[in-house]
Amino acid sequence: MNRRTLLKRTLAVSAVSVAASAGLLAPGQALAAYPTAAFEAKDSAAALSAALGSGSYEHSDDIKIKAPDIAENGSVVPVTISSGMSGVESISLLSESNNSPLVASFNLNGSIAYVSTRIKMGKTGNVLAVVKAGGKLYANKKEVKVTIGGCGG
Amino acid sequence: MAKSIKLRAKSKKGVVTVKCLMNHPMETGLRKDKKTGKMIPAHHIQEVTAKAGDKTVLDAVWGGAISKNPYLSFKFNGAKGEAITLSWVDNKGNSDSVTGKVK
Repeated sequence: MNRRTLLKRTLAVSAVSVAASAGLLAPGQALAAYPTAAFEAKDSAAALSAALGSGSYEHSDDIKIKAPDIAENGSVVPVTISSGMSGVESISLLSESNNSPLVASFNLNGSIAYVSTRIKMGKTGNVLAVVKAGGKLYANKKEVKVTIGGCGG
Repeated sequence: MAKSIKLRAKSKKGVVTVKCLMNHPMETGLRKDKKTGKMIPAHHIQEVTAKAGDKTVLDAVWGGAISKNPYLSFKFNGAKGEAITLSWVDNKGNSDSVTGKVK
């Protein structure tokens, strides 16, 4: 870990603890507000820090992404994410090549780490799955080749 | 906007698998109307919440990059006969919810 990521993480952690102490992050509470900034962010690091409080993550093979290698139609790309990790708090799904990479963020509230949905992809790129477990971020990615884009038209 | 959600929940060895389909245009706001050349305004689901009884088992925030007529599947630890409620809210303030039973 270099100095920059260390600084970022410390900042993120302190921000979270401040929010928690102020009672903003009471467990079991539904998400307070729709994170517009996170969905408007133009790159995945910015989207992640807006949505989850930190833009840096560790790679983990324990996150499984099931998605097609080649998607004929970018407007419907089935993606399934599952993880064998314990204590998974949330799963976020990003498509790195999209104009605004953040696709969705799922808050699990103790449910099993498994989410399946269909997403739009503008062009060929990585599908990034970010899992928050024990306060840390882990991620895995998979490249999906898109022959017809699904954003705009 | 009634009955825009199809929901199916099945229990197997204490694990409930929920599958649902929602009817929604999911406009990103980046698409142009080919006839008029004007941008089609964004219209997509922003929040999805699933509850088993009184307990929230999943709450999600979605962007416009979820496909049209969204499909969602997730799993949680639960038993047969539980009531499960799924609801969504979109960026225009519309909402819908449906309640089903775990089979």
